[in-house]
Amino acid sequence: MTEKDLPALSIADLQSLLRSKEVSAREVINALRERIEAVDGEIGAYLSLDIDTASKEAENANVDLPLGGVPLAIKDIVNVMGQPCTCGSKILQGYHAIYDATVIQKLRAAGAIPFGKTNLDEFAMGSSTENSAMKLTRNPWDLSRVPGGSSGGSAAAVAANAAIGALGSDTGGSIRQPAALSGVVGFKPTYGRVSRFGLVAFASSLDQIGPLTKTVRDAALIMNAIAGHDPQDSTSLNEPVPDFVAKLRNDLRGIRLGLPKEYMIEGIDPQVKAAINAAVKETNSLGAEIVDVSLPHTDYAVAVYYILATAEASANLARFDGVRYGYRTENPRDMLDLYGRTREEGFGAEVKRRIILGTYVLSSGYYDAYYLRAQKVRELIRQDFAKAFEKVDALISPTSPVPAFKLGERTADPLQMYLADVFTIAANLAGICGISVPCGFAEVDGHRLPIGLQLLGKPLDEARIFQIAHAYEQSTDWHKAHPPFAALVQKKQS
Amino acid sequence: MAGAADLDVGYVARLARINLSEEEANAFQKQLGDVLKYVEKLRQADVSHVEAAAHALPIFNVFRDDEPRDWFTAEQALSNAPRKANDLFIVPKVVE
Repeated sequence: MTEKDLPALSIADLQSLLRSKEVSAREVINALRERIEAVDGEIGAYLSLDIDTASKEAENANVDLPLGGVPLAIKDIVNVMGQPCTCGSKILQGYHAIYDATVIQKLRAAGAIPFGKTNLDEFAMGSSTENSAMKLTRNPWDLSRVPGGSSGGSAAAVAANAAIGALGSDTGGSIRQPAALSGVVGFKPTYGRVSRFGLVAFASSLDQIGPLTKTVRDAALIMNAIAGHDPQDSTSLNEPVPDFVAKLRNDLRGIRLGLPKEYMIEGIDPQVKAAINAAVKETNSLGAEIVDVSLPHTDYAVAVYYILATAEASANLARFDGVRYGYRTENPRDMLDLYGRTREEGFGAEVKRRIILGTYVLSSGYYDAYYLRAQKVRELIRQDFAKAFEKVDALISPTSPVPAFKLGERTADPLQMYLADVFTIAANLAGICGISVPCGFAEVDGHRLPIGLQLLGKPLDEARIFQIAHAYEQSTDWHKAHPPFAALVQKKQS
Repeated sequence: MAGAADLDVGYVARLARINLSEEEANAFQKQLGDVLKYVEKLRQADVSHVEAAAHALPIFNVFRDDEPRDWFTAEQALSNAPRKANDLFIVPKVVE
């Protein structure tokens, strides 16, 4: 079994080996460490690793637990006790978490081993991971391109088999979009389904933690562990959590899928459009009925998001002031100087832009015109989805209008970067659940670039989304493809 | 809805307690001006018959019993402090 490429396994396959004692949890950690040493110099997915602690935990792993002995990478915006939590920002350099986020407590109770923190856009603000103040993360499918963002480190690690599975966070698409661009599965729960306690808040009414994995089943396994009411998060839902794996099956008979007509717009890359159309045909051949639906307020979603999310961010990031933790400017003259220079020196440009925009839309004289109006349009968007879900079980669309773009291609124009989120953002505004699964490749400059299919489901209907996504996934081979880079490194290693 | 020209980046940055260089302020003035122009499309939406949304599944009055419990020790709370002494955070003088 030592020939087996352990880091390339899915969680489910790894669990079989662990439970049949063919491999030990300790061996898995070692194999991961070796793979990370081999590839992460080029990919840059990880900001920190805690292999020593992980190895100790592996020694004592109880593999019969739901995620027993399974190592997981964690986006560096979730507090893992004793490990750094930089949020990709200079303003939290040196900060070490003094508690475990609820999701981490739950993962540990399920036997999982959080062993490293992954790179992200600073404070989860971005769609390419280029806004990280710490390092660059590259797409394993083409190292000159972005992995997507803001959970780009988690997506790249899973794609490169430098992680078995990972956690990310999704505020406007930050799990689903990097999953699509990096060719992995990414899932956003219904808002309130997973506790935000211990997640450094970007936009409190939009943020959710979720899994990035190699297969849909793996994502459902992680969701089983992390979902549930948390009294420490007053926005978490007090709803029973079903077994998300139990209903997985291989056909789509009886399922109605909606194609939102406003989503098949100009500006979608033709290869993406072709892949999505092929995927829709595939779901049809599996038994699904395809229905045209309309989400009339789609065109407002990006605008609503960049008012609400920035407003909430301006409040949430006020705590980074150099007083109790993180970076502090040198020799502050007085309180205002302490704040002004700490935040000037500690925050990157995109974070500053969003704080300033958010402060403006909340300020006296402008609150009604911007923030309040945006909250009302948000309700219109939520109603659009509710009406559509009366006719269909799930919506189907591209996750991203384009495959992975080049590093540096969109950094000069913030608005252009924002428009990359057009298909993912509305789901956060409405609070519904959604998944991105690999559905093909685009051929660009001699590279194969992954394309993601997005499925959106009604609130609390995660089991249905997993069911549909799993059936589609199992009828194709997309999830078995590996980036040529990873294969190259395997050759180097052996 | 107010026009994008109303945004005074320097003023708002002071509200947000972020010092900005002149270059940054000028760059942001243009970039945020573009974003504000983009969001003006929301003026066209008919919101006359909707309430502001806050939650996908509305929940209300989430309370817990007001009972004290242990959270962090002083040592833990101070463990990331930029400057500390005597179980206290050290900060510049606030009150003259």
